[in-house]
Amino acid sequence: MTPRVRYFPTHIVVFILPAAALYTAFMVYPLFDSLRTSLQGAHEGGGALFVGLSNYVRLVTDPVYAPRFWGALQHNLTFFAIHMLVQNPVALMLAALLSARDLAGRALYRTVLFAPTVLSFVIVGFIWQLMLSPLWGVAGGVMRFVGLGAYFRPWLGLEGYALVTLSLVSVWQFVGIPLMLFHVALLGIPDELREAAHVDGASGWRVFWGIEFPLILPVVGLVAILTYVGNFNAFDLIYTVKGALAGPNFSTDILGTFFYRTFFGFQLQMGNPVMGATVAGAMFVLVLVGVLLYLFAWQRWVEARVL
Amino acid sequence: MSLAPAPLTRLSSSGLRVASSGRRTIGIHAVLIGYALIALTPVLLIVMNSFKTREAIFGRPFFPPLPGVFSTSGYLTMFERAHFARYFANSAIVAGAAMTLILLLGAMAGFALAEYRFRGNAWIGLYLALGIMIPIRLGTVSILRIMSSLGLVNTLVALILVYAAQGLPLAVFILQQFMRQVPQDLKDAARIDGMSEYRIFWLILPLVRPAVATVAVFTMIPIWNDLWFPLILAPGEATKTLTLGAQAFIGQFISDWNAILASLTLAMVPVLAVYMLVSRNLIRGLTAGALK
Repeated sequence: MTPRVRYFPTHIVVFILPAAALYTAFMVYPLFDSLRTSLQGAHEGGGALFVGLSNYVRLVTDPVYAPRFWGALQHNLTFFAIHMLVQNPVALMLAALLSARDLAGRALYRTVLFAPTVLSFVIVGFIWQLMLSPLWGVAGGVMRFVGLGAYFRPWLGLEGYALVTLSLVSVWQFVGIPLMLFHVALLGIPDELREAAHVDGASGWRVFWGIEFPLILPVVGLVAILTYVGNFNAFDLIYTVKGALAGPNFSTDILGTFFYRTFFGFQLQMGNPVMGATVAGAMFVLVLVGVLLYLFAWQRWVEARVL
Repeated sequence: MSLAPAPLTRLSSSGLRVASSGRRTIGIHAVLIGYALIALTPVLLIVMNSFKTREAIFGRPFFPPLPGVFSTSGYLTMFERAHFARYFANSAIVAGAAMTLILLLGAMAGFALAEYRFRGNAWIGLYLALGIMIPIRLGTVSILRIMSSLGLVNTLVALILVYAAQGLPLAVFILQQFMRQVPQDLKDAARIDGMSEYRIFWLILPLVRPAVATVAVFTMIPIWNDLWFPLILAPGEATKTLTLGAQAFIGQFISDWNAILASLTLAMVPVLAVYMLVSRNLIRGLTAGALK
């Protein structure tokens, strides 16, 4: 079939090398170099000294770093949990409806439902800052209109609500991605399977949970891992709405904003590249654990189940 | 279940299903329209109010910009104070150059990985795919150090290189899958005609155009919208991208609602317009990929 190369394959090198070199130089090398930095102490003479994991120990115990680190980690977990509990179920429901056979206007619905996803965090952040502003009164007005006016609060400014509100804003923006992944997977299920179940008298609800959902389990896992990894990329939205200090009182501080502050400094605290690299290293480990669990535990489980 | 009346029950149950399926269709549309409103209303409100007077923005936010409340004062402030044309040009240069690199180099590597069997093929493929799941932002400390030692801080080149590295893994992965589906006969015929491997690559490239378009859009969106790397690698006034420029401008003019609404509209409309143009094909390309 494909030609087996016996002479020195110059053309293969020409084809692969540019991509591999660019990727290695600006992605793989920086990731490793940053990890290496996190294992070094900032030495007086400008040189670097290997200090093992002591920067990591400092990150989780030092009174300057530890409270912010654990706080940010906890907020990341909340952020992730809200996406898993709101974004992905809503996406699954919309995808199931969108995949109904002979649905009129499907292309239009798809275009509209995916539209917020193409906007930037910055735009989405400002849009919702305006929408929820007590000054403008759009959200308050809508709530008064449906009789819930008494429940309106300036959510983005309240310590107890700001993080949940921002998570929901992020859900509003990104629901389109799991929606499309679920939708495409559902369209891939042969109609005969559904038909057979309907003829046997199963309801739409039972067909979905008994037949369709088990078949799209691989996509459920993919959506979960994408949600998990995306969690560590979240910075732009918080920075836009709340600034690098992620107020009020650090209540919206996540690892992304903590990383930025640690690296660049803020107000009175100087930036610190070594501790910045350490925060990134901790995030790297968290991402890696998630990805490995997905690749080895989940994928194996799904394959055993589906086959 | 008894056997004899089976056809009868099936008939009546299917009749029932027709009636209930009418109700079900209405229910489906109700939910989808409801969610479509949630997705669209905020965007529409921003665009609508950007063309209104300050009093009307606050007094009647849901009212369309009809004569009497119509005003473009926000756009005027913005054109005076912000350099949106320059920001836009910077974003277009960065996104365009990074895209070209991603698509060209990604297609070349994808072609080689799909076409030739050689030692280490699978390992190189795996190595390149690793980057799909690891956020490049985690290497920022080192990336900034590299860029400053290359003298590239506050240049668009720094952004182009980083975005190209970020986009390549997914591009190689997807294009490789599509390159595999190009019929072998075609390539063999070209080889018999004495075409070089490079000419064969250019021959194959147009055949995977739908995949190239899908990769283009899905790598373009995060590049266009990114705030992190412009903020860190190129925050200077001359190299600000549209996303960073809008962020900085709105941050300064936070009390001038006309200007904010106008700049949000201006930042949104090009992206949404391009999206509306390609969305049909884009989603069709995605679903076709799943159905094969």
